[in-house]
This record gives sequence, structure tokens and C-alpha cells, in this order.
Amino acid sequence: MSGNVQLLSDTLAGAKVEGRSALIAYLPAGFPTVDGGIAAIKAVFDGGADVVEVGLPHSDPVLDGPVIQTADDIALRGGVKIADVMRTVREAYEATGKPVLVMTYWNPIDRYGVERFTTELAEAGGAGCILPDLPVQESALWREHAEKHGLATVFVVAPSSKDARLADITAAGSGFVYAASLMGVTGTRASVGAQAQDLVRRTKATTDLPVCVGLGVSNAVQAAEVAGFADGVIVGSAFVKLMLDAPDEAAGLDAVRALAADLAQGVRGTV
Amino acid sequence: MSSEFFIPDPEGHIPSAEGYFGAFGGKFIPEALVAAVDEVAVEYDKAKSDPEFARELDDLLVHYTGRPSSLTEVERFAEHAGGARVFLKREDLNHTGSHKINNVLGQALLTKRMGKTRVIAETGAGQHGVATATACALFGLECTIYMGEIDTERQALNVARMRMLGAEVIAVKSGSRTLKDAINEAFRDWVANVDRTHYLFGTVAGPHPFPAMVRDFHRVIGVEARRQILERAGRLPDAAIACVGGGSNAIGLFHAFIPDADVRLIGCEPAGHGIETGEHAATLTAGEPGILHGSRSYVLQDEEGQITEPYSISAGLDYPGIGPEHAYLKDSGRGEYRAVTDDAAMQALRLLSRTEGIIPAIESAHALAGALEVGRELGPDGLIVVNLSGRGDKDMDTAARYFGLYDEGADAVVEADAGSGTAEIEGDAK
Repeated sequence: MSGNVQLLSDTLAGAKVEGRSALIAYLPAGFPTVDGGIAAIKAVFDGGADVVEVGLPHSDPVLDGPVIQTADDIALRGGVKIADVMRTVREAYEATGKPVLVMTYWNPIDRYGVERFTTELAEAGGAGCILPDLPVQESALWREHAEKHGLATVFVVAPSSKDARLADITAAGSGFVYAASLMGVTGTRASVGAQAQDLVRRTKATTDLPVCVGLGVSNAVQAAEVAGFADGVIVGSAFVKLMLDAPDEAAGLDAVRALAADLAQGVRGTV
Repeated sequence: MSSEFFIPDPEGHIPSAEGYFGAFGGKFIPEALVAAVDEVAVEYDKAKSDPEFARELDDLLVHYTGRPSSLTEVERFAEHAGGARVFLKREDLNHTGSHKINNVLGQALLTKRMGKTRVIAETGAGQHGVATATACALFGLECTIYMGEIDTERQALNVARMRMLGAEVIAVKSGSRTLKDAINEAFRDWVANVDRTHYLFGTVAGPHPFPAMVRDFHRVIGVEARRQILERAGRLPDAAIACVGGGSNAIGLFHAFIPDADVRLIGCEPAGHGIETGEHAATLTAGEPGILHGSRSYVLQDEEGQITEPYSISAGLDYPGIGPEHAYLKDSGRGEYRAVTDDAAMQALRLLSRTEGIIPAIESAHALAGALEVGRELGPDGLIVVNLSGRGDKDMDTAARYFGLYDEGADAVVEADAGSGTAEIEGDAK
């Protein structure tokens, strides 16, 4: 069975046709529980997310700030396994028919086996992967298997990426390009810097792939601002924080659904 | 190049352009750090061929660090090592008390060349942190040191030293609250502040070019030791022995001996409470290939690639990874790696203290325990060089608790600890 890279591309193209940016949400699998995590993903889709990235928690999340570290830690202490991540992807996809990606670090996939991982992810209906610590020059093996199984390889670009390198990265990527809005780890920020707009412009000069912006976006006003120059707006820590702060799971689900609805207005410029 | 102490570009073991030693190494880093890591590689390449850089570094190594370090024969200690001759390479006599200063001074000079004003570093036992804080004081650089919370407790003296030197010390409370987590936090800082900050990485792990560059800065250990043992013993040693956490002092000692096929290169990993207990940090003995902190090497991990929490009595060896060049040496068979328990290391620490008047760091005591074993295997004709990578002042609290030195004296506790394979030293120790 082939993965859903095409569904991802179609979804992003569809948003463009509607004259808006796509809303991409991140939530870790297994947080607060495997079933609770699945419910949270369904809730953000229900609220208006177009795409969801499912985090595969890692013991050493060097690119994540304290919010996602805490969620990963809860998930791992709860015993989340790769099989649970696959079930999360499958149930989220089957319930919604929308594109679901996995975001994780390279070692879990390297250890699990690239062929095994890509086969299972495609069978679960996954659309691809974001692997922020697998730079393009180390990615040949991953891309070979991802391509074979119809999975997107979404690379991250950063404000520090030079133009020539941007071209190398976007040439190897598929689905979309993840533009990090600032130099830093995941987490909400008061403002999303002007360097995000410059990075999107420089990235678009090298590719026809959609360019989506993440890191720091937490509210509809910021989403609307980013939607003014990017094809997609990626929000992670703000959702995770709502789940962490909620008095119970039901309240958490209501909160993430409401934020997704708010952000969905933002990406349509109707804040 | 006429440099006497900074000796880069060995004949062999030069990593590939992508930073691989065989199957190990590489650059598994976030895109945000690619430009900075590439800048380090380019600047280091330029520095290597700049006589002025070598002159400056040599000057510091002689007049600030105190190189060359002594090679001390330890005859009374060697009586417990099967009668083999044992020489210690005295990196503990360097300024700041360990080998770490060799690398720190090199990278501090590089920081200045790159025009950066702030340095961050991780530290386990605190030796790398102290050396980094020292160099930052000397060069007028802002300095932030990340240290696992558990390590700030067991190495409180070094925390005070770093603060005295003007560094900010941040206790890391995530994960296992030891060295691995300090590195995670330092990477997070670097990503956010890379414009003006150099990450002064303290061991031969991490993304290329750190494994090769840090190795080059420590090569002086083995180059000196090789020359000194030839002068003193008239021949090359049968074995060069060092403790291995991330692997910097070991690679520093080993490297000059790699072409000498008859010299065994023996790394001593921390077996903690014993490999079979699962409470250890013996990465090459019990780990599997994987990616941690920017390179592919051996890693302590579970079947799904989650890094498992290491354990060692020694904060400096309490790390679930290992430099990629060691992984290469292991797989090629040129290096041998064995595991030494907490108990064996502590017995060796006390033995050296009481036979030679030298109190070693607990890290280095793992190498000494390995030397006792290897000496017995070699017998009276054996000749061994051990890297005494650091001094033990920082470990006195741990040692005093281990041996009961604060209250009733050592002897009662020592009896209970017998049976670690070095029990026969007890009589002498009293």
C-alpha cells in the first residue's frame, strides 16, 4: 500500500485554490495517553486543521523546548511505542481522510529499520515524515524508502540556511518545505520575526513546493500575519500547552478544538 | 609545521569529507546549526595551516598549561599489576587538573578567530566546565556551562570553581539530569544564540568536525607519551590504557600509537554496578550503533531507539554515547575495550593514593583498574602507559562517602567492598 504524499500535496494545493494558507497542527502520540492523543488529533481536525503532524516522542528531543519535552516525557513514561504511533496515524487518517505526517528524530527510525518504518507508516495511511535532525546530505537512504512507499520527505530550512543550500534541500524534499521562523527550539513566542518572511521568499525562489512556517506561532493574529506570506502555518507547542494546562482531558480536547478553529480563521485572514 | 605541541593532521584516521571514520561519524544536526558547524570546520582548517595559530597555542600549552606533562613510573603501584612496569601520563598536572585544557585552549583561540564573544559548554564531572571557564576568563569571553543537576551535586567543588572563574552554571533538570542532558540543553542554547556563540564541545563526539578537531587538540598526550616512554624504557609499551566516557583523553593517548601495531590500545569503560545489572555506561561493550548528539556511533538504547539512562559513579564517564573514532577502532579491532566496575575503580583510586601519593580522578581510576588487570595478564615483562587524565580533588566527597572517611575511617567499609578482583591490595593499603 502506498502512502498519502499525494493527499498532502492535494490538500495544500486546495488551500491555495481557496486563496488561503493551510493550518498544520502538531501533537505528540501517546500524550496524555495513546487514546487521548488520538482524540486530540481528531479534535484539531474537527476545529479546522488541514494537516496534522504526529510526534513520535524521543528521549532526547534536542530541538524541542520545555512544553514538548514535558509532553514527550509523559508519553514515554506511559510506555508509548512505535506501534502506538502507527495506530495513532491510522485512526486519525481513517476518521478524517486528511493527511497525517510523523515528526521525530532520526535515531528511532534508524534503530527500528527504515524499510520496516516506511512500510508500516504507508500501511497506516501516513503521508510522510519530518526529521529535523536528518540533514539533506545524510538523507539518501531515508528518501529512497520514503519515495518507494509514497511518503513525503519534509525538510526544515532555517534563517541561517544559505541560498545554495536552500536549493539543495528543496530539490530533495517533497510535500512541502518547513521554514523555521526563527533560530531556536519549539515553543510559543510573542512575535514571529521578520526573518520568517525573508526565509520564505528565499526558499520560494528555489522551488515550487509549498512553504509552510513553524516555530513560535500560537494565536490567530500571528497565524494571519504568517498566512500573508506563507502557504501554511504550523502550530505545535500552543496545542500541547493547552492539553498540559487543562484540568481534565475533556477540557483539553475542547481547548485544542477551539484554538484550531481560531487559527483556521487566522489562516483565512478573517481574524 | 614546526609546532611542538599542537600536532594536527596525523597520517591515518582522517575522516571523510562528510566526517566519517568508516561507518561512524557524520553530521546529524538541525538545519539551524549547519552554517555554524560548517563555519567551525572551515575556520579550523584555516587555523591548522596557520603558523601563527600553532605558535599561539604552543605558547599557551607551555607557559599556561605546563606542557609537556610528566611521565611518572609507579613502582609500588605496579607491584599489584603483576610486576609489569607502569608509567602514568600525568595530565592531572596540567593547569585546571585534567587533560581537558588541551582542547579548550585550542577551541577558545578558534572562538576568537571566528569573532564570537560567547562560549557555551557541557560538563559532566566539571573538568571540561572548569577548563572552559578558565579559558573564557583568560580570553575575556562570556561563558555559560550546562551541567546535569545530579552532577552539580556530586561535583559541587567544580561548580564553585566555575562560578569563581566568572562562568554562569546552569543545572539541567531534564532527562537523567547528567551529561547527556547537559549536552541536549547546550544544543538548544546554541540553536537560539548561534550568531555570537561557539559551542565549545568537550569530547571527541558530536557532529563533524568536532570528533577530529578535539582529537587533534589532544594528540599531544600520545605524542609526548610515546617520546617519553622511548626515552625512559627504551621501547614502546605493550599497552596504552585510558578511561573512556566520550573518549577524548583516550583518543589523545591512543592516536600517536595507532601505527605501532604491537602497542595494544585499551579503553576502560564504566561498568557501574556491573554490566549484568543494566546500571552502567559501557557504550562499546553493551551498546548498539545509533545516532546521538550529532553523529553515528555506538549508543546505549532500547529496541526502539530511545536512549537509555546510563549510570557510573564517575560523572565524567556517565554518558550513553562514545566518539565515532572509538567505534571505528573497536570494529576494526585496533582498539580493545573492557568494562571496569565502580568498585574496581574505587579500589584502584585508593591503591594509587596510598602507594604513590597521587590521588586520581574517579574517571582515571577506571584506567588504573584496567592497568592492574592488564599488568597481571602481561606479567613482569609487561610495559604499560596509563593516561592519568585528571586529579581527584573534585572527587573527595564521593570517595569519602564510598570509603566512609568522614566518620569511622575507611577500614570497615573496605572489608565489605572486598571481592572486586583487587582485594589483595587491602593489606598494603593499611
